[in-house]
Amino acid sequence: MAIEKRVRFRSWWLPWVLIAPQMAIILVFFFVPAVQALYQSVLQQDAFGTSTEFVGFENFKRLWNDDTYLASFKTTAVFSVLVAVCGLSIALLLAVMADRVVRGAAIYKTLLIWPYAVAPAVAGVLWLFMFAPSVGIVSYTLRSLGIEWNHLLDANHAMTLIVMAAVWKQISYNFLFFLAGLQSIPKSLIEAAAIDGATPWRRFWTIVFPLLSPTTFFLLVINVVYAFFETFAIVDTATNGGPGKETAILVYKVYYDGFKALDLGGSAAQSVVLMIIVITLTVLQFRYVEKKVQY
Amino acid sequence: MVERRPFLTFVRHLVLVLGVIVVGFPVYVTLIASTQTSQQIVQQVPMSMAPGGHMLETYRVAFFGGDSSYGGRVAPVASMMWVSLISALTISLGKIAISLLSAFAFVYFRFPGRGVCFWMIFVTLMLPVEVRIFPTYQVVSNLGMLNTYAGLTVPLIASATATFLFRQFFLTVPDELVEAARIDGAGPMRFFVDVLVPLSKTSVAALFVIQFIYGWNQYLWPLLVTTDENMYPVVMGIKRMFAGGDAANEWNVIMATAILAMLPPAVVVLLMQRWFVKGLVETEK
Repeated sequence: MAIEKRVRFRSWWLPWVLIAPQMAIILVFFFVPAVQALYQSVLQQDAFGTSTEFVGFENFKRLWNDDTYLASFKTTAVFSVLVAVCGLSIALLLAVMADRVVRGAAIYKTLLIWPYAVAPAVAGVLWLFMFAPSVGIVSYTLRSLGIEWNHLLDANHAMTLIVMAAVWKQISYNFLFFLAGLQSIPKSLIEAAAIDGATPWRRFWTIVFPLLSPTTFFLLVINVVYAFFETFAIVDTATNGGPGKETAILVYKVYYDGFKALDLGGSAAQSVVLMIIVITLTVLQFRYVEKKVQY
Repeated sequence: MVERRPFLTFVRHLVLVLGVIVVGFPVYVTLIASTQTSQQIVQQVPMSMAPGGHMLETYRVAFFGGDSSYGGRVAPVASMMWVSLISALTISLGKIAISLLSAFAFVYFRFPGRGVCFWMIFVTLMLPVEVRIFPTYQVVSNLGMLNTYAGLTVPLIASATATFLFRQFFLTVPDELVEAARIDGAGPMRFFVDVLVPLSKTSVAALFVIQFIYGWNQYLWPLLVTTDENMYPVVMGIKRMFAGGDAANEWNVIMATAILAMLPPAVVVLLMQRWFVKGLVETEK
């Protein structure tokens, strides 16, 4: 495909008019705020906004020495690893099963993709209801099995709850991409291996899984980004970052420190750290996805 | 099918059926809860797994608002859904419109600063609203856009993905069409409206599904820019219904609201499944 058109229109003013709406929006709502975040991250402001002073890297140093921030980093890391690993394994299992099914394939697909449409906030509410300590149907069942479920008190329970809700919501997305990846693997390879006597299990690990690695890698990055940023709503509805601050992921902390605790400098410094993380992830994604990992 | 192994086929169906059940279970529980009264849910633990027969009342209270059984007031979901619908449509159609225009400019014109502008749009991919919430909030607040539809939607309209998608597509459109249009005396805008836009129909449909869901499901941004109950989108309004404490919540109404909140995007996905899959795969390429 051509990168440039051979034939073009000529006008000195029209292209500017055409890109004006988009450029205006990104300047006002992307670049101004991003620069402001950078600027605020080196300032210290009191809660009423009456006095502001330049403090250099003081806000970042404060973050570095802040145990709750480091704990939040750890929480986010644990959370995103769990979400990515669980979400990818379950979706891969379902996709492998669906790929070889002849009868009813379209129905299974339809029944598995709709959670994509559910808002993370709504997903949080649904899972919260099932696990509500006093009325939830699952928490009741767990109690009768001898497990005293209470995510309001137990940090591990709270983490489990948000991981389940986040994975549930993301399964359909992963499933669709794995299915598309599986269907692009040439059938001849698998048939050849079958003729050579390889069992389905062996065929999967020696042929299908390696050929699927570009999809898996791509999904890994997408799921980490998802767990970092889009799960804010799940955390906010299901656990409020609690108990204590045990499920306060980084984005939740930016929100909390900026809007509830009114620590603007600290919140801006956290935003800058998050920007660095997103940029790293995006660059990673582009470098490896472009190269298609390995074949 | 490489080989025939009845047992394996059975296992496949079993796993898929289990998957479908696990995926559907939370929604089933929600649906059942929305047909019971809040007393039933709180007092008979575990709640019954059969429909409770109070569906109409619950949905009427949720939809139009009214008095809850604890004497509190329930905000009407109907107006929240209206806000959600307007915002989701503005975001999705707005994104499509401005991206079509700018992609047209990037592909069919050469102008000074083209590279820089393209690069600037690309960078926005790396700045999701979550990482710059406070400064963006300040900008919106300074412009007096809090509690307005403009404040809810405009900051979310800029999208690099849509621009790239249309750019990719325009690059595959044969040059002969431009030449033919020129010979017929059509100017660039005429070509854009009569040739390019009609050709992009499937890409537009695909993008619409994805962006409608994106717009409908926004949570963090409305949480920041709306303080007026009349401007709450439903996905965010649901959170406001929690009174605190497990037992004090009007669970049946909350669950009915959850169902109402997921219905429109789910319908869009199911009805437009083909474009949805295409949109997902293409926007991520």
